[in-house]
Amino acid sequence: MLPVEQFPVLIVGLSMFMAYTMLLAGYLNRKLPFFMTLAMNSFVFILSLFILNHVLTVGPIRYWQGGWRPPWGIEYVVDAMNAYLLVIVVSIVILGLIYSKRNVEHEIELQKHVTFYVLVQLMICGLYGITITGDLFNMFIWLEIASLTAYALIAVAGARALRPALNYVIMGSIGACFYIFGVCWLYSVTGTLNFADMRLLLPLVYDNHAVQMAFAMMVVGVMIKAYIFPLHFWQPDVYTYAPSTISSLMASIHVKVMFYILIRMWFSVFTLDFIRQFVGLDMLICWVAAIAILVGSIWAIKQRNLRRMLAYSSISQMGYLLLGLGLSLFSPWGLVGVVAHILNHAIGKGCLFMSAGAISQQEGLRDVRDFTGLGKKIPYAGAAFTIASLSMIGIPPTAGFASKVFLIIASLDAGQYPFVIILILSGLLNLVYFWRVIDQMYFKKPEETKDVAVTKEITRKLPLSMAAPMLILASLCIIMGIIWLTEIPQPLINQILLNLRMGVTI
Amino acid sequence: MELMTPLFIILCPAIAAALILPSRNHPNIREGWTIAASVIMFSLVLSMAPEILKGETINFTLFHTMFQNIDVGFKVDAFGEIFAITTSSLWILVSIYSIGYMRALKEHAQTRYYFAFCLAIFGALGVALSANLFTMFIFFEIITISTYPLVIHEQTPEAIRAGHKYFVYLMTAGAFLLFSIMTTYYLTGTTDFAAGGIKALGSIPQWMLIVLFACFLLGFMKAAWMPFHSWLPAAMVAPSPVSALLHAVAVVKAGVFGIVRIVCYVYGVDLMHETNLWLALAIIASFTMIVGSFFAIAQDDLKKRLAYSTISQLSYIILGAALLTENGIRGAMLHIPFHGYMKITLFLCAGAIIVVTGKKKISEMAGIGKVMPYTMLAFSIAAIGMIGLPPVAGFISKLYLCLGATAVSPFGYVFLAVILTSSLLDVVYFVPIIHTAFFKKPVGEIGGSGEVKARDAPLLVVAPLAITAIFSIVFFLHPNMFYIRDLVNMAITNLFGGI
Repeated sequence: MLPVEQFPVLIVGLSMFMAYTMLLAGYLNRKLPFFMTLAMNSFVFILSLFILNHVLTVGPIRYWQGGWRPPWGIEYVVDAMNAYLLVIVVSIVILGLIYSKRNVEHEIELQKHVTFYVLVQLMICGLYGITITGDLFNMFIWLEIASLTAYALIAVAGARALRPALNYVIMGSIGACFYIFGVCWLYSVTGTLNFADMRLLLPLVYDNHAVQMAFAMMVVGVMIKAYIFPLHFWQPDVYTYAPSTISSLMASIHVKVMFYILIRMWFSVFTLDFIRQFVGLDMLICWVAAIAILVGSIWAIKQRNLRRMLAYSSISQMGYLLLGLGLSLFSPWGLVGVVAHILNHAIGKGCLFMSAGAISQQEGLRDVRDFTGLGKKIPYAGAAFTIASLSMIGIPPTAGFASKVFLIIASLDAGQYPFVIILILSGLLNLVYFWRVIDQMYFKKPEETKDVAVTKEITRKLPLSMAAPMLILASLCIIMGIIWLTEIPQPLINQILLNLRMGVTI
Repeated sequence: MELMTPLFIILCPAIAAALILPSRNHPNIREGWTIAASVIMFSLVLSMAPEILKGETINFTLFHTMFQNIDVGFKVDAFGEIFAITTSSLWILVSIYSIGYMRALKEHAQTRYYFAFCLAIFGALGVALSANLFTMFIFFEIITISTYPLVIHEQTPEAIRAGHKYFVYLMTAGAFLLFSIMTTYYLTGTTDFAAGGIKALGSIPQWMLIVLFACFLLGFMKAAWMPFHSWLPAAMVAPSPVSALLHAVAVVKAGVFGIVRIVCYVYGVDLMHETNLWLALAIIASFTMIVGSFFAIAQDDLKKRLAYSTISQLSYIILGAALLTENGIRGAMLHIPFHGYMKITLFLCAGAIIVVTGKKKISEMAGIGKVMPYTMLAFSIAAIGMIGLPPVAGFISKLYLCLGATAVSPFGYVFLAVILTSSLLDVVYFVPIIHTAFFKKPVGEIGGSGEVKARDAPLLVVAPLAITAIFSIVFFLHPNMFYIRDLVNMAITNLFGGI
């Protein structure tokens, strides 16, 4: 019998330990840290599968750190929601790391490699921590670890990345301040930091203004971190200039974990009853999300730089998540949409950023207008990009279609036809900007009069270690698209609904 | 009854598509996959017909979804079988034709062409066999995506512009379709097709039914009803086999098929009567029939003229369904295979002319009948059928449509007049082509200087169009070819509960 209850703390503990060991090992050999972090995360992947299995078959895991009973000690809680998120995070991390090997060699100077991977490992550790903790303050610690390392990792690219990184430092710190203020006020009112304990104590003080203010501040803080419109403005520059690996990790999982904090606040700390007492808040959130979806897409249409376009597309996709969260007040399908979209957007956007990175590495191209004929030159990156964009547009049977359908059903359940229209319209807007890229890559004929720069070296073949993760993610877009439509995920989703106390199953 | 056959049918083009990609360096093997898949698929489709004629439907559930009462699966009834037979039988001929056409013109990117073609057929057959609106939507979107590379095959700026137009129209249609399907599901709790319509729709307020129906119609823009038709003439920049099979049969018929499904199997005959939606639909169809024909007259580009003719003819089918009479629906269902065979002949002829002479404009085709006698003979047969004269199949379906129109109580003769006027207009735009081809003196280079020498297209090009032309006549003499007549009767029996 494996002590699965110990696994969550093992994951964060070992990850943290590994980060510092890597720094030491880096003095011996510059290549070691990469392999160490890869091995570490592969190990975590196995652990996370055990955890998911345990959560689904036995029940949530509660681990008391140092044997201190909550609410005095720090508790780690893993239920279906975070076990599911953990598996997603770990899988994408592994694929991202495999991708990063050759990409980092290309983009980052040799002497920075050791610290780069140490920081990556620390960031990942922070993400694991956020995912499995059950304590408000502990979550803040992990949040800061994940954010501070992210600031540094963005700045690693140097030159143009410095300003966006500074922007992000300022905005991210403001977000963290908002969050910690909220936590302090909650602590002052309830005297506890434990999620479960807080949830029990809070109903007595729902009408306390400090509690309400705390809720508002924490939501705003997390919204900045998760670049939810209208608090997104630090993000496009960051995604455009950060190293490719970091862009793809941040767009696919970093932001999902940030959003997960919001989900926890929403369902496990404040609960839906608390939110329902503010008349009109539900619709306000839904409409903010709807505007985010549209505005993000429209901005994306205006962009010519591929990565900037993907960045705006992410803003729009975060709107989907927020919309799902808002609709969960009316219908369980809203939460199903969120759960599905966390995975679908992670694999889709991860794949897109990876292929964008591959395109700029192999061909040195960033502007969409220069992509003519790329489909032939780098077929794998092109194919991965195409499939992932189909998923973003929501063409069946890709993953994006499933999230769209879930959210449409949620909107119909809520009786809100405008959101149905906005969701469908957003698919068309996505089509406009993604199809432009596909058109350039595959169908536009290169202009023959324009003389191509002769200096360019002969095109190298895309390394397998970069092509494979992209293709795996792209095929996942289709496989998950089909799986979401079948009944297979139903037990998982029902368990999540149960753990988040939605009170209904599907 | 439960059978795996629908799954195997769907897998044929999918597997062929998967096999085409790796064999891109061996053209003969690559085309071999297409032909093999088409032959196997057609025999599988045909093998289902006897079971269906016993009054059964062939069901196959692929998987249950998380949504209550929605399964992704297939249910083949008589109507679906008709569409499946039409598409799959023509696919064999068009695959053969494609080989001749694409190689004669030395087209580029042939692997992409065959790959996308297989996927489009995959989508079309999926639409034909699907058991509910949800499954149908999935295959609809697959058709849209996979035909895009075919439309812009030439990759010229003009082709890309046409492709964008095509895409904008059809993806917008897809959006409307998704909206109406999800709304239907929300309102009724099901999306399954049922012979008498979905019962729960009866309790919905009338204004909602009307709005929903409008959304459905917009969702089936693939049927090219006016004023949402202009993507179809634009799509004629595609290679001729694509125009022939996809933009005269598979894609547009999928749209019409969807409309008939909505009219007869979702709303149901009674509800269409109660809400008077049939009248609105019939007016749209009549408008398209007449105006489409006028547009056709104005075209000088042969393929564009045929495209407008398709637009007009598709509305015959819509009109037949909208009339809600037995004979009207019978005519509509018969017109699906019959029009398919005739129109494909016309397009294949247009392609053959391009192969031999490179000419696209009708005004340049003077005397071409002497150069390409077989092709133009086939063209004439099909044109006669389009007009609706015996001894070609078009006569039968038009006859039933006329009978159906007279049976409608208040406006019957109006619609009869519309059908006859449209047929008259068909004469106006088809006869000049035949006249130009056979009786006008060739101007300039067409047959070389001096003596006109017959030099028809390659065998692989001529044989398929000859076969479709012959079948157009066979269907007149023997309407039960490929069980078509029996299947139509069966579908009518299911809809109206016995004759």
